[in-house]
Amino acid sequence: MAADAAAAADTFPKLLVRNARLFGARPAMRHKDLGIWQTWTWAEVLDLVRAYAVGLNRLGIKRGETVAIVGANRPKLYWSVMAVQMLGAVPVPVYADAVADELAYVLSHAEVRFAVVEDQEQVDKILAVMDRLPKLQEMIYDERRGLRDYDHTHLHPIDDVIEEGRKALADPEVAAWLDAEIEGGKGSDPSIILYTSGTTGVSKGVVLTGERSIVAASDSVRFDKLTEKDVALAYLPLAWVGDHYLNYAQGLVAGFCTACPENSDTAMQDLREIGPTFYFAPPRTLELLLTRVTIRMEDAGFLKRKMFHFFIDVARKYGERILNKEPVPIFGRLLYWLGELLVYGPLKNVLGFSKVRVAYTAGEAIGPDLFAFYRSIGLNLKQLYGQTEAFLYLTAQPDGQIYADTVGPVFPNVDIRIAEDGEVLFKSPGMFEGYFKDEQKTAEVMTPDGYVKTGDAGFFDEKTGHLKIIDRAKDVGRLNNGTLFPPKYIENKLKFYPNIREAVAYGDKRDFVAVMLNIDLTAVGSWAERNNVVYASYQELAQHPLVYDMIEKHVAEVNKSLAADKMMAGAQIKRFLILHKELDADDGELTRTQKVRRGFIAERYAPLIKALYGGAPEADIATEVTFEDGRKGVIKARVKIRDMKIEPASPAMGKAA
Amino acid sequence: MRAPSGPDVAVGEVLLSVENVSLSFGGVKAVSDVSFDIRKGEIRAIIGPNGAGKTSMLNIINGFYHPQQGRITFKGMTRAKMRPYEAAYGGIARTFQNVALFRGMTALDNIMAGRSLKMHRGFFWQLLRHGPALEEEVEHRRRVEEIIDFLKIQEIRRTPVGRLPYGLQKRVELGRALAMEPDLLLLDEPMAGMNLEEKEDMSRFILDVNDHYGTTIALIEHDMGVVMDLSDRVVVLDHGVKIADGTPAQVKSDQAVIDAYLGVAH
Repeated sequence: MAADAAAAADTFPKLLVRNARLFGARPAMRHKDLGIWQTWTWAEVLDLVRAYAVGLNRLGIKRGETVAIVGANRPKLYWSVMAVQMLGAVPVPVYADAVADELAYVLSHAEVRFAVVEDQEQVDKILAVMDRLPKLQEMIYDERRGLRDYDHTHLHPIDDVIEEGRKALADPEVAAWLDAEIEGGKGSDPSIILYTSGTTGVSKGVVLTGERSIVAASDSVRFDKLTEKDVALAYLPLAWVGDHYLNYAQGLVAGFCTACPENSDTAMQDLREIGPTFYFAPPRTLELLLTRVTIRMEDAGFLKRKMFHFFIDVARKYGERILNKEPVPIFGRLLYWLGELLVYGPLKNVLGFSKVRVAYTAGEAIGPDLFAFYRSIGLNLKQLYGQTEAFLYLTAQPDGQIYADTVGPVFPNVDIRIAEDGEVLFKSPGMFEGYFKDEQKTAEVMTPDGYVKTGDAGFFDEKTGHLKIIDRAKDVGRLNNGTLFPPKYIENKLKFYPNIREAVAYGDKRDFVAVMLNIDLTAVGSWAERNNVVYASYQELAQHPLVYDMIEKHVAEVNKSLAADKMMAGAQIKRFLILHKELDADDGELTRTQKVRRGFIAERYAPLIKALYGGAPEADIATEVTFEDGRKGVIKARVKIRDMKIEPASPAMGKAA
Repeated sequence: MRAPSGPDVAVGEVLLSVENVSLSFGGVKAVSDVSFDIRKGEIRAIIGPNGAGKTSMLNIINGFYHPQQGRITFKGMTRAKMRPYEAAYGGIARTFQNVALFRGMTALDNIMAGRSLKMHRGFFWQLLRHGPALEEEVEHRRRVEEIIDFLKIQEIRRTPVGRLPYGLQKRVELGRALAMEPDLLLLDEPMAGMNLEEKEDMSRFILDVNDHYGTTIALIEHDMGVVMDLSDRVVVLDHGVKIADGTPAQVKSDQAVIDAYLGVAH
């Protein structure tokens, strides 16, 4: 099997050579360009990457040095990673939507002399901060558009670099040299540096090695039985560890085909066209999909609506049990089969899930209803848990052991220990070498006996042996009356409602829990249309009294649910407000992977926090915002605050942990 | 490494000129004795208060209206009036103030419609979609996809145009005009109804069209910022009469223009 043969290859370039030999004619990469899907086989990719590597070498890239890769999921950027690795240099991917400051930080910290970028936008961003990047010498770009008139002394199109390399490769000595470089690559050398977006503090560069990455990826390929016949859509950021692991590493180990969408807006349509067999989405994306489906169903005709609701109920009753291979009465199976024909099949088809064998979600807790929904219509959705420092997989749910509120048992070959204070510690085959140029932080995050601290608080569930994550260890706080306060737990309960896009909870060292919410414009906008609520802007809709009433109902339900858990009953939400603007990564309020930065938000919205805890019914706030092109503006608003009733604690009977 | 400095499309000889053109609708004089020219490769703005005769001027160039007096010279040929098919075959394409797309057709089909003049295979062969007709269609489809890529409207290729927001409809209409591979592109208020970010996008597209395809552009526009930033030369009309003609800087400081249209800061 491909995964076993991979053990012999300890670097990604060696794997690429192996794949060209074993699966030369099979598709390795697809990209939708000018409306049609273009395909490259493994043999073609090897050929291209070899030429590219030689071209890059002639530009001056040396073994061991760092090369920045800035852009979205495109074949040429993946090949850039491969070509750089072929030379023994270290690629440093950066998020395509990073603002100039973030780019400047990473590029200067990583000391890159060369940067491979996607298009004019990235070139302009880097040019704007050139004064902070004294080491940067050359830029190589993919898309020519708009760059025709730029000074090309230090700017090169990727196609030209590949062409140069191809010409040079005609010389057998150069070819032999390249083969020797590939053979000479050591598995213990750094193979990539991934900068993690910090929820607190500056990003750190996680250094991974080829050998460990391949061993880890081989474990998961075996776990999910991935083969060269599988297909995945690479639509999540190239700079994110998930993409490097799930698409790049697993793709090279198993030999499957990675498809790149046309652009981020067409990703959903492209998903449907490609019909992947393996799929990953963060809970937020799954929420958005379900919201979109629900909204469209509300607009559908009477018959379709009735049919949809009826069969979704059937799925709720029998779907998960059928997927889990549990006993189900014949009548139920018949109804479900009918539902598959009429509703679930077409629905999965529209969402692009028809061929998905295994789907994962991770990154945040997923709402039990949301999780159950997808499983009930036959999508084999499972949870996994991991970190960039572990090169992803720490735990994952195997088929047959799927629960909404756990992240699964410990992954094969991974070692997890829970510290005294509840922090999760690990040792894994794929774990990182250290933080780039930061021995101190590396030492801080390791225990004396070589375990890595994840920074998450969790515990193993007695009944199932699965790990459960509560929250970030340092975020778990306590109210002044001693009640445990895990903010994420409460925020997740709120975010399960489609109308609530984001929630930020406060309560540590305070008298009670208060939350700030963002409404979801699509869901609430659609609700507004159906209820004749008129609005001219997001701000107006967010502050509308009827919207507040609707959100208040959701908050009340969350309070009821908290009241049912004896640990959480004291952490019910006493006051809430709806923010006048959406929290945005460009303003620093969210990380690039859409996680809230509670501390930063508390500072930024200090007047609102003061009003929440001071008892005021409303508060004025003026916030500075950053537009997409980097310019700044100010938004002013008068935000209303609502008080909530606290439910008496009433633990439900016989619920699972 | 330095970013490029400014528009550097070489402006050439006169592509189109109107001389002493007058147009009346009964007693209303829409255009009175107006003369100006448009040079190859430039971006020419036509500005003025509402009712000045700007759209009428465009319609005269296009052939929708026939002036009672005056001459139109296009690519060396002088005519008393233009006919729409002469304008189209000659390489003039335009967009409309209120968007004139086929609302039930997809964006892709609308832009394909712009290729009609370039489709040479007979109706019968096109019906069968066979042989040379198929090759031709594939080639046209490729051109249209290049325009879709240029205007970044991939995600709405197959959306019926009637469902699109106004700003995107305008972009599709621009795409349809570009599909004609025109020498002269007439844009009637391309920025109307757009917010700042949309205007910036549209301005970028207009500049790119001028730069990338070398197309000469005549545009009617009310946003002075856009006019000053984009255009090489400006013609100002008021009540059907030309009151100024020159570079943006010249026109901006012309007293007659300030009195009639621009006003002063208080």
